[in-house]
Amino acid sequence: MKKEFKGTDSYIASDALSEVVNAATALGRPLLVKGEPGTGKTLLAHAVAKDLGKRLLVWNVKSTTKARDGLYIYDTVQRLHDSRFSDNDVSDIKNYIRMGKLGEAFTADEQVVLLIDEIDKADLEFPNDLLNELDEMSFHIHETDETISARHRPIVIITSNNEKELPDAFLRRCLFHFIAFPDEQMMERIVRVHHPDIENKLLAEIIKKFYWVRSLDSLRKKPSTSEIIDWVSALVTGGVDPRRIKKEIPFLGVLIKKEQDIDIVLAQANPY
Amino acid sequence: MFTAFFFTLKRFGVPVSINEWMTLQEALKAGLADASLSVFYRLARAILVKNESYYDRYDRAFAEYFKGIESDDILVDEILKGLEDVDPLTLTEAEKRLLQALPLEEVLENFRKQWEEGHYKGHVGGDRAIGTGGRSTQGAFGYNPAGVRIGQGYGRHGSAIQIAEKREFRNYSSDMILDTRILRVALSKLRTLLPEGPFDELDIDNTIDKTCRNAGDLELVWKRSRKNKIKVLLVMDVGGSMEPYHWAVSKLFSAAKSQIKDLKHYYFHNCVYQDLWTDIERSSSIPTSDVINQYDKDYKVIYVGDASMAPSELLDVNGCIEYFYRNEEAGIWWLHKLMARFPASVWLNPMRRRIFETSLSGRMISKIFPMFELTLDGLDEAIRALLKPKRPVITPEEIQSFISRRNRPYQTMY
Repeated sequence: MKKEFKGTDSYIASDALSEVVNAATALGRPLLVKGEPGTGKTLLAHAVAKDLGKRLLVWNVKSTTKARDGLYIYDTVQRLHDSRFSDNDVSDIKNYIRMGKLGEAFTADEQVVLLIDEIDKADLEFPNDLLNELDEMSFHIHETDETISARHRPIVIITSNNEKELPDAFLRRCLFHFIAFPDEQMMERIVRVHHPDIENKLLAEIIKKFYWVRSLDSLRKKPSTSEIIDWVSALVTGGVDPRRIKKEIPFLGVLIKKEQDIDIVLAQANPY
Repeated sequence: MFTAFFFTLKRFGVPVSINEWMTLQEALKAGLADASLSVFYRLARAILVKNESYYDRYDRAFAEYFKGIESDDILVDEILKGLEDVDPLTLTEAEKRLLQALPLEEVLENFRKQWEEGHYKGHVGGDRAIGTGGRSTQGAFGYNPAGVRIGQGYGRHGSAIQIAEKREFRNYSSDMILDTRILRVALSKLRTLLPEGPFDELDIDNTIDKTCRNAGDLELVWKRSRKNKIKVLLVMDVGGSMEPYHWAVSKLFSAAKSQIKDLKHYYFHNCVYQDLWTDIERSSSIPTSDVINQYDKDYKVIYVGDASMAPSELLDVNGCIEYFYRNEEAGIWWLHKLMARFPASVWLNPMRRRIFETSLSGRMISKIFPMFELTLDGLDEAIRALLKPKRPVITPEEIQSFISRRNRPYQTMY
């Protein structure tokens, strides 16, 4: 029986999320994950790798990243330099071809988890350039006329922050999951993972206050999961009394990062 | 399987393709749905829906398609009917013997009784309910998907429908009026990439060329990579009738400012005449002709306004609503001039399409500029229209025909 992803000690996955991960694995298709910042999109891949006991390869996409960078890199400059002093065997082009992250995932000896992080950061054409590679799980190296195909179809997890729309043709090939913002019970479980010893009363007050802050519509950036975890750390370290949280918001700066938002929260908290 | 569901999704405007539908079939074949409707709900959503703004429509389509299972009564009827519909050909001899040992009517009656007493709760399909006398459902009806599967599915059925009906993702639905983050995302699609910035890409051809000229001594040539370069003019209506939409417009503005480096903005009141205001209080202005001459035609222009005004404001000399303002040329001609100069223009209207299309001025202006609702969908379409090859600019003859075709009851006033 193949092991199924269920979440880990430090990463709580909803049923929907673990089902989707398992479905993507079974179908051999990439999983595209979207969601508010701080809902654990990137962590998902780490958790999947940890839970299934597989190696994780991370491909961080930047605005200048090109699809080919992930397949392989042909180091022309090195080869040109070498040719001046005949340091290496310049005639063998293979010496100057290095695998990118996708190439590494394809050539790995066992199935790996490949995280393509923040795919929307790159050029609009980037996802399109990867269509065939992700479909067939193989690519061609022009310089050596070699075809690299995946020995074991990697589990591909792609995250997007919604900065750009991804092309339809690309989307058709993926499974999609939107990580909704956790509700209060879920949040309680998540906080407990990070702070197992926290008092019930304190946690209840924190969560109540946190969702109240999030409910303010005019905020430019709503606090997310990573902020509440930092906030809990601050409150626990500072030894803040739960009653104080009821009345005010200590360490507001941990929760809210924008100046205007701080004003909004303070104005709402103390209307008089 | 569920082919009608595919068309239900289409009808609700969820863009599903055959490819994805086949993937879903593959997944069902692989048993990933686990014979549970709520797993099916999430699995189908992951495969078929690729944007959270369609989750709400998916929910509605799902609720409609599977709504037959909503009420208990209907479900009971369906299960009972399913039990009657047992295909005897699928029975093995052993199963047949078991079934014969247990009169079907008795089973159904017992099932109904148990059902009404609520015994199905907490039990997977209530094998107690159907399998009386210690006989489990599995034994007698194991071959029958209608028996166990539907019964088992009930609690989950219900929950999937409930999830669908809760419409949790309504806020991500794109016909909602926008918030800044979503707007920024939408506007970021406007970015186009052109060579700019540091020289950090190796230009192989030139490197070889230079190196050869250098008698083989390596000389590397670098070229610039591509950077975003988009120029946008945002022209906003700040007239009285725009007051209710102030919030939406200011959000659009702040989102545009953060996404577009080269953003110029101007204001007008109801219609554009020979001056455009440079501030929202309308205290300083720049001649519209300067704007036309100053900016090159690569600028993409986004007008924001409700396009609702008296026909005279659009079509008449001195038609401007402001008493002390005289315009020698009718507003419609200024709009035409702007469009002719900046062919990549769109008009965003904060009102619903069905409303702005009923007003005369709205109809005429949308003949000049492609007009879209100021919603996420509308903005998407507008941006696509901005990036696509331009539609032909309206001809002066057509504009003239607008003016002359109108009946002019107030003609004598001027």
